[in-house]
Amino acid sequence: MNRAFAEPSVPSALTKQNQFTFWRKLRNNRTLLMMCLPAVLFFILFSYLPMPGLYLAFINYNYTDGIFGSEFIGLDNFRFLVESGDLWRLTFNTVAYNLAFILLGNALQIFVAIMLNELRSKFFKKVSQTLMFLPHFISAVLIGLIAYNILSFDYGLLNSILKSMGMEPVKTYSNPGIWPYIIILTYLWQSTGYGSIVYFAAIMGLDSEIVEAAEIDGANGFQRIRYIILPWLKPTFIILLLFSLGGVLRGNFGLFYNLVGANNTMLYSTTDIIETFVFRSLMNNFNFSMGSAVSLYQSLFGFAFVLTANWLVKKFSPDNSLF
Amino acid sequence: MQASMNVRHTDRSSLIIRIVSYVFIALLAVSCLLPFVLIVATSLTSEASILKNGFNLWPKEFSTYAYRIVFENPELIIGSYIVTLGITLVGTAVGLFLVAMTGYALQRPDFHFRNKISFFIYFTTLFSGGIVPFYLLITQYLHLKDNYLAVLLPGLLSPFLIIMMKSFTQSIPHAITESAKIDGAGDFTIFMRLILPMSTPALATIGLFIALGYWNEWYNSMLFLSPDMKYRPLQLFLYNVVTSADFIRNSAAASNVPLRDVPLESMKMATAVVATGPVILFYPFVQRYFIQGITVGAVKG
Repeated sequence: MNRAFAEPSVPSALTKQNQFTFWRKLRNNRTLLMMCLPAVLFFILFSYLPMPGLYLAFINYNYTDGIFGSEFIGLDNFRFLVESGDLWRLTFNTVAYNLAFILLGNALQIFVAIMLNELRSKFFKKVSQTLMFLPHFISAVLIGLIAYNILSFDYGLLNSILKSMGMEPVKTYSNPGIWPYIIILTYLWQSTGYGSIVYFAAIMGLDSEIVEAAEIDGANGFQRIRYIILPWLKPTFIILLLFSLGGVLRGNFGLFYNLVGANNTMLYSTTDIIETFVFRSLMNNFNFSMGSAVSLYQSLFGFAFVLTANWLVKKFSPDNSLF
Repeated sequence: MQASMNVRHTDRSSLIIRIVSYVFIALLAVSCLLPFVLIVATSLTSEASILKNGFNLWPKEFSTYAYRIVFENPELIIGSYIVTLGITLVGTAVGLFLVAMTGYALQRPDFHFRNKISFFIYFTTLFSGGIVPFYLLITQYLHLKDNYLAVLLPGLLSPFLIIMMKSFTQSIPHAITESAKIDGAGDFTIFMRLILPMSTPALATIGLFIALGYWNEWYNSMLFLSPDMKYRPLQLFLYNVVTSADFIRNSAAASNVPLRDVPLESMKMATAVVATGPVILFYPFVQRYFIQGITVGAVKG
């Protein structure tokens, strides 16, 4: 703290002295620096080195000429994405799904945390929590298989039930309209139990004397939740909300890809998100430039979103801002 | 005291809330379990019954046929298990060590460069080159296509886990480090001999996060390991079984099952059970560490 204060006032005649202290700091901290070195190298290699690769977005990449031999076409990739309507669809789907995940997810997590807090039986609480966390611990592949188990036209559980009640089976995998519900439900199924821990922990931190005092004053059960627990959870909610807003342009690739299947073009209108588009342009169409253009768009807007979210965090709860 | 605990929340609305809570939580817990029951039940149902009645929560015609074929040629599944186990063990050990070392160094108040390096690491969550340049890096520049290292290396470190370790070790008083320094210990010795033994709960939590990430890893495997590889990580293997019938037909042919008798659907589910079962059995024992982890990670961000 003091050092930061002192530095601006150092006269320029002392720059040499400053350089000297820099080397001394370097030497004094050399072990700690060495301890950070593997991580720094790791992030240079896997995170920073790919960044200049975004240049791909401005060229017409072809395999034989390589990145720097391919033709430079400026913003043509972006123009194509806008004119084909792809960019709008991807943005809308990604943002809309994420907003639904964030809002519905948090609402349900708060609800579950409050309900968990009302349970008196320790055994029941333990067992139900264990079961509710279970979906979080399995792979996206298995989630896709479970969805197929329930939704498949020929054998799915859903259609077995519908048929046994004398109703017409539904063709889930060719009906784009119902996928938003399926995807959001699956997300909630997978994340609610696990996500509720944060809110549950927050409720645990609530001073029980406040609750007791309110009860002595005649607050009933609903009032206890409405006027004490919910306001108590508000800061946690705001922090989680603002943090997740930063990732609103980032999609849950595993969930979408495994639920919808690799090449189900019929469902793209409601299920295609930025990640699945980029993956396809990489693995199926080999259109590296188009994929990079979407990635660059995603990174830039994501970055702007994070800055905005951080600005909001600073405004609402200065202690929790990221930078 | 005892009496006051018992009279708490006894008005009528509290009673209603409690009943609703029990019912709602019970329903939610059961709905989290049912899909797993569905998978197991389907794997134990005869193919003929599936074709006739569809998937059900209870096998209408019980059969272990699918498992018998799966276990008759277990080579590929065992190979996948060994690959995934190997990647998970090595990745978790190395990753955990690096995360712990970096996290400790970055919270040392006397470390002059900690803020700069922290931001350098944190920035990668804000902006990234995206998957295409990453793909080209791994395949064209590092030449790791069809190499297990392509799955192992990128999963070693994550900014989130380093930040988590940072806030864990912040709770260890700096005075301990200082007194060890006075006794003549170097920074690395302090980390190895003092900090590591003192942060076992943190290490368990972060280690579990890394291990689970590797065990369920599928994205990098899918990108970098081609389906022609004989032994693929478990999740990629499962993905290939689920999406293409080739594996099932091959193993049925190896067991001399005629093509029309191949239990396609029940074998998919049996493979899923074999691939996932051990984790599910293991999971109740490690669950509390995850709760610890997410709570600490959430509070400090």
